[in-house]
Amino acid sequence: MASPLSQFEIKTIVPIEVFGYDISFTNSSLAMLATVLLIILFLSIGLKNSSIIPSKSQTLVELSYEFIAGMIGDNIGKEGMKYLSFIFSLFMFILLGNLLGMLPYSFTWTSHIIVTFAISFFIFILVTFIAIFKHGLFKFLGFFAPSGVPKAMLILLVPIEVISYLSRPVSLSVRLFANMMAGHTLLKVIGGFVFVLGANSFIIGGALPVAFLIALTGLEIVIAFLQAYVFAILTCLYINDAIHLH
Amino acid sequence: MDIESAKLLGAGIAVLGVIGSGIGIGSIFSAFITAVGRNPEAREHVFTMTMLGFALVEALALFALIIALLLLFVF
Repeated sequence: MASPLSQFEIKTIVPIEVFGYDISFTNSSLAMLATVLLIILFLSIGLKNSSIIPSKSQTLVELSYEFIAGMIGDNIGKEGMKYLSFIFSLFMFILLGNLLGMLPYSFTWTSHIIVTFAISFFIFILVTFIAIFKHGLFKFLGFFAPSGVPKAMLILLVPIEVISYLSRPVSLSVRLFANMMAGHTLLKVIGGFVFVLGANSFIIGGALPVAFLIALTGLEIVIAFLQAYVFAILTCLYINDAIHLH
Repeated sequence: MDIESAKLLGAGIAVLGVIGSGIGIGSIFSAFITAVGRNPEAREHVFTMTMLGFALVEALALFALIIALLLLFVF
């Protein structure tokens, strides 16, 4: 049987090479392209005949918009509304990427750390620049020295704050990647149990793992939502830190 | 000890990190139940925070699981 990790293998579809760099169109790029097309389809169908009394598809679009707008209002406040389009597209991109990966034989691009790390590193740089442009370099550096602490404690606290700030992109990306990879590996392993138990015992032997697999698929779909939500809300919190500095 | 059994043992030990996450998830949901028991009206608001905490703690268990999988399949 193939290893449970073989589902994450990247296969080249259209080989492209520019100046010695391999920038081939792979199944990962195909999945990302499909995600973007799905988002465009979802939004354009929902808003095609927009009216005051919304249709069913328009309600879905409005629901997702209000969900993100409410999240920003709760966590950042009025100043955060200009980041609405960024966080909305981020949330939809990750959510539909996770859900697309739940289809059998599809590819989960969120289960690759390089993809999630690129997204979270972009957020990290964006947040740092917002803080520096809004408050100036000196006040931004003051962010690493918590106020109201004895001076002697700062020797200990400043390195901790700096490390925790620098580890943000790592923890943000590894959280999404680890959840997706572990979840899909688990599904594959349990799927293997169904096969082995069903073949080696009576038909009833495979029934229990199948029931477990169905429950696990439901859990995976919940986690797809939850991880997109956590990614978006942590981005909100980081932007809030940058705008308000404490 | 040959390298293959060391790998299997290492993967088994690495997955022990899930214990901490189990304790964490238990304490998060016990706090959630206590909060809703005291003030049922706050359920909606507390639930989103519970889910956030749950996802953050669960991620730590997966870090341990990733190490175990790396030991088993990659090295």
